Amino acid sequence: MTAVVTPPATHVSEQAPRRRRITPRRVGRWGLSLLGLVVAVVWAFPVYWMVLSAFTPNALLRSPTPRFLPTSATLGSFQRLLEGGSSFWPALRMSLAVTLLTVVVVLSFAFLAALAISRWRFRGRKSFILAVLFIQMLPAEGLFIAQYKMLAGAGLLNSVVGISIIYTAAVVPFTIWMLRGFVAGIPAELEEAAMVDGLSRTQAFLRITLPLLAPGLVASGVYAFLQAWNEFTVALVALPKQQSQTLPLWLRSFMSASASRGIDWSQVMAASTLIAVPVIVFFLFVQGRMTSGLVSGAVKG
Amino acid sequence: MATTPVLGAPVVRQRRKPVAPYLLLIPAVAVLLLGLGYPVYWQVVTSFQEFGLKQQFGQPPTFAGLDNYARIFADDTAFAVVVRSVIFCLVNAGLTVALGLAFALLMRAVHGWVKVVIQVALLLAWATPVIAAVTVFRWLFNEQFGVVNWLLVRLGFDGFQGHVWTASPLSFFFVATLIIVWMSVPFVALSLFAGLTQVNDELLEAARIDGANKTQILWRIIMPLVRPVLAIVLLLQIIWDLRVFAQIRLLQDAGAPISETNLLGNFIFDLGMNRNNFGGAAAVSIFVLLLTIVLSAPYVRSLMKEDEA
Repeated sequence: MTAVVTPPATHVSEQAPRRRRITPRRVGRWGLSLLGLVVAVVWAFPVYWMVLSAFTPNALLRSPTPRFLPTSATLGSFQRLLEGGSSFWPALRMSLAVTLLTVVVVLSFAFLAALAISRWRFRGRKSFILAVLFIQMLPAEGLFIAQYKMLAGAGLLNSVVGISIIYTAAVVPFTIWMLRGFVAGIPAELEEAAMVDGLSRTQAFLRITLPLLAPGLVASGVYAFLQAWNEFTVALVALPKQQSQTLPLWLRSFMSASASRGIDWSQVMAASTLIAVPVIVFFLFVQGRMTSGLVSGAVKG
Repeated sequence: MATTPVLGAPVVRQRRKPVAPYLLLIPAVAVLLLGLGYPVYWQVVTSFQEFGLKQQFGQPPTFAGLDNYARIFADDTAFAVVVRSVIFCLVNAGLTVALGLAFALLMRAVHGWVKVVIQVALLLAWATPVIAAVTVFRWLFNEQFGVVNWLLVRLGFDGFQGHVWTASPLSFFFVATLIIVWMSVPFVALSLFAGLTQVNDELLEAARIDGANKTQILWRIIMPLVRPVLAIVLLLQIIWDLRVFAQIRLLQDAGAPISETNLLGNFIFDLGMNRNNFGGAAAVSIFVLLLTIVLSAPYVRSLMKEDEA
């Protein structure tokens, strides 16, 4: 970019179109593009390696030279992982139960709160928003001992309900913040116009506002799903029993169980892939919302 | 200001004090009080108590004043953990933001399709769950069949034949840093890139015409414009990297000297769950919470400003 001034055009023949000229700036751009591709390859490599290893027979993974292309892909590891009686299924059931319960509860609670703070001005509104923002930053690592004691005292260790309470409390603040933006984006005048046309307030809300909010609810629900599906720290203390492990805990014990006879890396990578794929797919829906939600204050300021 | 209806506010349905918003807040407030409020309260109380093994078996806890806190700084192990965590946090946050900024600038400079390729690669890394990420890095750094050792040996570093990365604290933290930086750079890079797209091209062109060189344009024009985003992402990274737990814990499974690789979160876990010293664990937890709150204050203030706008 240093050479903004292009070299004199004397050497350009009549036929060569202007844009074909090779300028240092153009070369610089190609050089940077090449660097960009290298960066992309390096950054994507771990994910590629996970998926590739999952489809590679274990015997090949234990060869002295790694293979970087899927020359002998197989579904063997997935079959071994999912075959009858596999411990993967109870963990999947647990993860699904915890995640779905959390999503439903988070969505309904956060939705009501978001309505309150974006449609009404009331005493305490600002303190509530402030509290929500601060709570968002509280680390699970500073609270899990207390949460463990609380659940143990209530007899809720190893239970779907117990861990869902903790997850809901952790995820609700950011979800309120996310939904608040969506609700504020829908002018209340729309609802009022419908009421003028003879709909009751409830009808107007259900027919006008709710459909417009659907994308926001989906995005927030996906966010809650990702948090609950991936959570490790609280699950580690609150779900000590083997039978009530969520997928992240299960993968950990699956690995240590096989460590003594040599980890079956192909199967472990297959398991990682299965845990990661729904996350990666869902994540693509919400990442824009998450980035803007997290830094919006700064971008606008 | 809170009670008077604001002109142009979305809806002011009643003249009288509204009841509806309070009703709507009840479920969220209740679950926050139950899931976070009570644990914070318990944590504060317990941090002032002698709450160890005896208390686990039914003896009432005794008031211990600031003993638990004093011990954090008097005890060499605890103090080492604090220092280690702070250094680890600053190194990781600094590296993440520096790389994120470099990637954001790179995405501006490359061809359109290369930009999309970089974005896809970043999203993949960002989306990967912690458990999967640590597992893959353990596989990449496996002493026998890992790609990293294979590559290093191929490049002529024969010492890496069968090298066990997690065995010594320094190389353990090297791998941990790689994992954390790999996972966090995408958020920083994409946020800063979003900030950079707001930098007006005409402004840059004008500066170029005025004879500014590349370095001057970067430092005098681009950087001041993205500074607010830069400050926020740096702050968020510091807050997040201070509380790294799962990555360290999962990496320790590969066989690491646990006492020398614990960070604050892992130390709390060790004190509370393994050594049954709930009072000590609570004191360290409160220390982490306070540190987080102090660090988050500027971030929260900036978000509040945006809410008023």
